[in-house]
Amino acid sequence: MNKTVNQKAWFFVIPVFVLVAFNAIIPLMTVVNYAFQETFGNNVFMWEGTRWFKQIMLSERFHASLGRQFLFTFIILFIQIPLGIAIALTMPKEGIGVPVCLVLMSMPLLIPWNVVGAMWNIFALPDIGFLGHSLNALGFDYNFTQQIGDAWFTTILMDVWHWTSLVVLLSYAGLRSIQPAYYQAAEIDGASRWAIFTKIELPKMKKVLTIAILLRFMDSFMIYTEPFVLTGGGPGNATAFLSIDLVKMALGQFDLGPAAAMSLIYFFIVLLVCWVFYTLMMRNEEKS
Amino acid sequence: MAKVTLKGLSHSYLKTQSSDADWAIREVDIDWNDGGAYALLGPSGCGKTTLLNIISGLITPTKGDILFDDKIISGLSPVERNIAQIFQFPVIYDTMKVYDNLAFPLRNRKIPEEEIKVKVHEIAEMLELSSTLNNRASGLTADGKQKISLGRGLVRSDVNAIMFDEPLTVIDPHLKWILRSKLKELHQKINRTMIYVTHDQTEALTFADQVVVMHEGQIVQTGTPVDLFEKPKHTFVGYFIGSPGMNVLPCQIKGNDVIVNGKKVETHQQIKKNNFNKTEVGVRPEFISFSNEGIPVKVLSVSNTGRHKIVDTESESGKIKIIAKSNEDIPSGSAFLKFKKEYTYTYGDSWIIE
Amino acid sequence: MKQAKWVVPTIYIIFLMLPIYWLLNMSFKTTTEIINTYTLWPQEFTLDNYKKIFNDSTWYTGYLNSIYYVVMNTVISVAAALPAAYAFSRYKFLGDKHLFFWLLTNRMAPPAVFALPFFQFYSSVNLFDTHVAVALSHCLFNIPLAVWILEGFMSSVPKELDETAYVDGYSFWRFFFKIFIPTITAGIGITMFFCFMFSWVELLLAKTLTAVAAKPIAATMTRTASTSGYELGLLAAAGSLTIIPGAIVIYFVRNYIAKGFALGRV
Repeated sequence: MNKTVNQKAWFFVIPVFVLVAFNAIIPLMTVVNYAFQETFGNNVFMWEGTRWFKQIMLSERFHASLGRQFLFTFIILFIQIPLGIAIALTMPKEGIGVPVCLVLMSMPLLIPWNVVGAMWNIFALPDIGFLGHSLNALGFDYNFTQQIGDAWFTTILMDVWHWTSLVVLLSYAGLRSIQPAYYQAAEIDGASRWAIFTKIELPKMKKVLTIAILLRFMDSFMIYTEPFVLTGGGPGNATAFLSIDLVKMALGQFDLGPAAAMSLIYFFIVLLVCWVFYTLMMRNEEKS
Repeated sequence: MAKVTLKGLSHSYLKTQSSDADWAIREVDIDWNDGGAYALLGPSGCGKTTLLNIISGLITPTKGDILFDDKIISGLSPVERNIAQIFQFPVIYDTMKVYDNLAFPLRNRKIPEEEIKVKVHEIAEMLELSSTLNNRASGLTADGKQKISLGRGLVRSDVNAIMFDEPLTVIDPHLKWILRSKLKELHQKINRTMIYVTHDQTEALTFADQVVVMHEGQIVQTGTPVDLFEKPKHTFVGYFIGSPGMNVLPCQIKGNDVIVNGKKVETHQQIKKNNFNKTEVGVRPEFISFSNEGIPVKVLSVSNTGRHKIVDTESESGKIKIIAKSNEDIPSGSAFLKFKKEYTYTYGDSWIIE
Repeated sequence: MKQAKWVVPTIYIIFLMLPIYWLLNMSFKTTTEIINTYTLWPQEFTLDNYKKIFNDSTWYTGYLNSIYYVVMNTVISVAAALPAAYAFSRYKFLGDKHLFFWLLTNRMAPPAVFALPFFQFYSSVNLFDTHVAVALSHCLFNIPLAVWILEGFMSSVPKELDETAYVDGYSFWRFFFKIFIPTITAGIGITMFFCFMFSWVELLLAKTLTAVAAKPIAATMTRTASTSGYELGLLAAAGSLTIIPGAIVIYFVRNYIAKGFALGRV
């Protein structure tokens, strides 16, 4: 669309700007403040320079939680994106099945995150939870509060349960926007089902999939409440992802300086990954 | 290449049908010769696209048979029917290069790569796409994309028929003309059965040797462009083809005489039976002239198109349009009209009386 | 093949419903039954857990608190985002692209990063433990999202609509409210759905910014689990109740979801 240059448009943006700046800039300044200084309360600050940053960057604890975070995000993206596409492909395209599927599939998205954690806690309890009880009845030695593998399995399964529907909804919307003529032409050209998927459906879903991957990356990278309620980061620190570790450090141990430095590094990583991903996608777009 | 025959074809999108209106296609019979250029002409919603999709196998008809070279192929899939179809919107595979787009139907049929190469280059040459073969298809303009769709149809040398579903809808007017002549030229060159669906009479009349006019799911007339113009078999054909369309006036039939506005009108045919609910007289504006006697009218307005004048007049039983030469003097106020006998037809319940 | 297609969505939906069913199942059981036996459905069906919640003001005010700030946030977010999205979709102005990107970066900010500074900041402006504080803090991620979605919908409305209205003598605001907003109702519906969703499910900030007066229902739940021991039935009942508002919202926007997505940004 041809846009006209109009500086007065700024007036329209002011409310948004003020509201977001109010929430973003002032607290961010506080974080920056803490990150470079040492405080003993009473608003007494001592300049520390980059000491906290060095400390965090070199700390094994940070490396470990960052590693866990990337592993977790990678696994859930690897499961949720293909699974979401597969489900969207098999969903009904018309009739009563459409609203039924959409309503039921959206359910997990609208449950408060700590309820999700609590629900899965109850569901996975080895003695009285359906999942835990069934697994044990089948002969698996399953206990997510004790065994690291089980804790990871449960956390990932919970996240798949919670968020795959978002990928399904986005993919489904992308599929619905494909003109029927494309399928008809492919049928006449003798394309196989696989060719239809790779040559028509995937390219047409590219935009929605970019959004799905970005959203899932951002949200899984910030995950806090659900694993906190489910496992509390345990057993040990096995499921202490970045946010859990950060809150532990800031509120639990009140190490405000390192926590603030870690916040900034954390935020920076999210921005960097999103930016790289976004730029790559855009460059691809321009080529075509 | 094949002869296409449709026998007693009917189709409905509903599960049960109670009235004629429930049918998208009613009792269609067609015989199309191998290598001919045909057009299906009609307004939107007349069932022409449905008919096309039935021929290509995208829709299974409720009743009737489709025959290619006298063999029934009703149950076959689009691939087995071996036809090509070009759609209203250009369908291209975005991620592929132009070359791969053109090669796609051949690769799906497991044809050796060398053969594909020869074929693709030949078609690209024909469609003037050679210079873009290595470009991404998604970067092309609408007419370029439509040429690719067309190329994917032409690249297979053994197709039984090529079908076009309003292929020029999204093309700019000045390119429309170029692509249309291109199509005509291609038809002469490759001599394959082509079926062209459109609602635009100019497209249909310039492209096809035989035009099939459809109205509310039925074929109302099949014929050469000249037939359709000179002898419309249904009042709808009269209206729809020609600019302006045919004048249709209510009439009475008394014995062997046709009476319009109380005056006897001479028509092309002798009236033998008279058991219709509605009788009308139809005559094209081209075949009416001013005279000293005949149907009395009032001249309302005259517009000059350059090549000729279009005169609007009003008679007792409705408006009548006349096309006159641009240098002809048009009487003002009251005048009389004379219809050319051999092009004046009577219609009973909208169908021509013969 | 046609029949086989049903299998995948059906299995998926069963997988989605199982934990929810288990939560409901627990909520209708007595504490003794929960602790002593493993049963697939309640043997002694009881509504006691729900009665307790509705008779205890700390429970049901939690509910009202949540709904109160969620609705407040949705209204603020959409109201502020509408003119901004219009500006982004129709005009070029100084720094527009940077501003848009900066807005989106806030969607990427981990709430955990902001939790503590938010606490200090809202305390210092005397808004701690108020509904407004939570509603405003949720604007951090909801406004960028709302602007993003609405901009997509607005860009798909041809500019000729604006021009025709001005030619017909409409003033800007009259056009905006009488013509423009009604044409993008689907987009507004989708946006409200997302704002509601993210504000309703977010807890870290909501919990950090409240103590008593504005405490959300979901936070009240954590209290039960920790302070009064193993009251699983009560916890399950409270959890089940938090699903209801979401379910109602989905039911209302069910027709928009597929259609709306396809029309807009996505």
